Amino acid sequence: MGHLRARGLGKAYKRYAHKWDRVAEWVGRGVRHEQNWVLRDVSFELEPGEAVGLVGANGAGKSTLLKILAGTVRPTAGTYEIGGRVAALLELGIGFHPEFTGRQNVRMAAHIMGIAPERIERLMGDIEAFAEIGDYIDQPVRTYSSGMHVRLAFSVATAVRPDVLIVDEALSVGDTYFQHKSFDRIREFRDEGTTLLFVSHNPGAVKTLCGRALLFEQGLLVRDGAPDAVLDYYNALIAAREAEYGITQNERAQGRSVTRSGTQEAVIERVSLVADGRRVVVVPTCSRASVEIEVEIRADLPDLTAGIMIRDPLGNEVYGTNTFYQEQPCIAPRARERFIVRFEFPTLALGVGSYSLTAALHSRESHVTANYDWWDRALVFQVTPASRPLSTGVCNLEVAAGWQRSPSAGSGAPGRTRAALADSR
Amino acid sequence: MRADVWRNCWRFRGFIAASVKRDFSSRYLGTQLGWLWAIAQPLALILIYTLVFAEIMKPALPGHESKFAYSIYLCAGILLWQLFSELVGRSVGVFVQNASLLKKVSVPKLSLPVIVALSGLSTFGVVAALFLGFLAIISALPGLALLAMVPVVVLLVALAMGLGIFLGSINVFYRDVEQSTAIVLQFWFWLTPIVYPVRAVPDFLETALAWNPLAPIVGFSQTLFLDGVVPDWAPLLYPTVVATILLALGFAAFARLGGEMVDEL
Repeated sequence: MGHLRARGLGKAYKRYAHKWDRVAEWVGRGVRHEQNWVLRDVSFELEPGEAVGLVGANGAGKSTLLKILAGTVRPTAGTYEIGGRVAALLELGIGFHPEFTGRQNVRMAAHIMGIAPERIERLMGDIEAFAEIGDYIDQPVRTYSSGMHVRLAFSVATAVRPDVLIVDEALSVGDTYFQHKSFDRIREFRDEGTTLLFVSHNPGAVKTLCGRALLFEQGLLVRDGAPDAVLDYYNALIAAREAEYGITQNERAQGRSVTRSGTQEAVIERVSLVADGRRVVVVPTCSRASVEIEVEIRADLPDLTAGIMIRDPLGNEVYGTNTFYQEQPCIAPRARERFIVRFEFPTLALGVGSYSLTAALHSRESHVTANYDWWDRALVFQVTPASRPLSTGVCNLEVAAGWQRSPSAGSGAPGRTRAALADSR
Repeated sequence: MRADVWRNCWRFRGFIAASVKRDFSSRYLGTQLGWLWAIAQPLALILIYTLVFAEIMKPALPGHESKFAYSIYLCAGILLWQLFSELVGRSVGVFVQNASLLKKVSVPKLSLPVIVALSGLSTFGVVAALFLGFLAIISALPGLALLAMVPVVVLLVALAMGLGIFLGSINVFYRDVEQSTAIVLQFWFWLTPIVYPVRAVPDFLETALAWNPLAPIVGFSQTLFLDGVVPDWAPLLYPTVVATILLALGFAAFARLGGEMVDEL
């Protein structure tokens, strides 16, 4: 009871170019939508009684994940498994009907939660007392303030201790007093073995309630660990993002578009940044990482070169290379063959900031001879500060800095300066 | 339809029962006469049609000299029509109207049309009881032949729900369906011999009647109540086939689109 296992969970929303494309698809005219992935390949396991905080920027996929686990949204990929009864507080409320009184809505919610009618009548007193909405319990819910609404919703959802409790930012609506009260109840449940999944923008709440935090970024689970470490990392990320904000805005204004060109005789299927064995969009500066390009060959080719180019947000070329320069040729690939090209960086010495990655497949040295596939901004990723001296700029060079007091004018010897610098290493 | 879908609905029977009850009371919430309004509406309708058409229609019902003949004819048809149009009309919008529920709580989606069907049937029950009371007063109760109405109502509900679930599933993605259904239902009403007898139909409408699966159902009920005997079952074969096809279509559409619904709401 109370365990939770998510394997490769992903959610994509369908995006149709034309409104009638959906009908065309229904009547069997082939696939006509693009998939817009808001959550990708999320796997984790929770032990019974574990409390986990989900952090990340708006739109990072936290709420989507909770909706999947609460059973309201169907995942596009992956599976999950939850042991026991789940109670979920998604967004505001739990589907109250505005015209009915608080009491009637409590009964209805209890039915939905699978609590027997006799039992809910016995619990009614507790629910009323905990919500502290007084006579309003017999007033239509439409007359409630948002605070009263969430208080009642929380009281019902937690009237019986669930095996898994899912809370999505709902509590931020209530006042501080009620927040404390509800955190107390959550803590009590946690100590009795309820597994907790909790979204909050309040780092304090995550640190005190949770023993573990998951950080989401652009639909990917990018960090999983102790709340302190994950939150520090997240804060660094926000700081880095704020610094970039002006530049990103500027770039958007100039029309941020993904361009793709080429003969498609060889096609880039996927470009990913991999660190610690998992796909990421955020890496600490100077960590070990690799760029992986998945390639499908569609025609017999004399030779094939794969190349990458890293650019800063302004489009300046920061670093580029290809398999021709690296003397790793791919000779005579046949149609329908597939490859993974890996560019490994033992230390990805990029400065803190955001970067885009362009990937290309062409013949020989450059795309001038034959351009098979060229994908601008195939991937955007962030480089965050790490535990090493701060630097600015697009590259983070290996450096040793030191002071040497200059001798009085005229008696300096260059050889001695070099030796002193070497000592300071 | 997969069995687990129905098992899920059964698990939520408490919710379904409470919703039907709530549905019934919510319609008249804030009114002083409460459920009496549930009766007032069909009563007014029957009164208007009786006053307007009774004299004109008398010659169209030869062999039925009772002054209530037209009223009985009308009620026997209009009660079924009202059940049908309520079930279709409400099923079409049921997923969209319950968007806030579907987005926040995990309830089996199919329980929503089930609620529509049960709540429609409960209103129908009240009005039908009233009609039977009226028949008892004028001593025109059909007696045991009444039992034949049970499978007919089941057939009508199957027809309505098949169509309703099919249209309701599509309506989530194209809301135009709900708008056009209301209009189509109006035409459908006048293309079904409810107010007028089949004999009064002009030639150009006869083909439309032949295709209308409601016509045999309504006709069965009218004959039963006017003559007090169980009519020939054979004409019901066509509506049964149509209902089976619509149910299959409805469940197929729901099975295909059910998972995506919440993404669109």
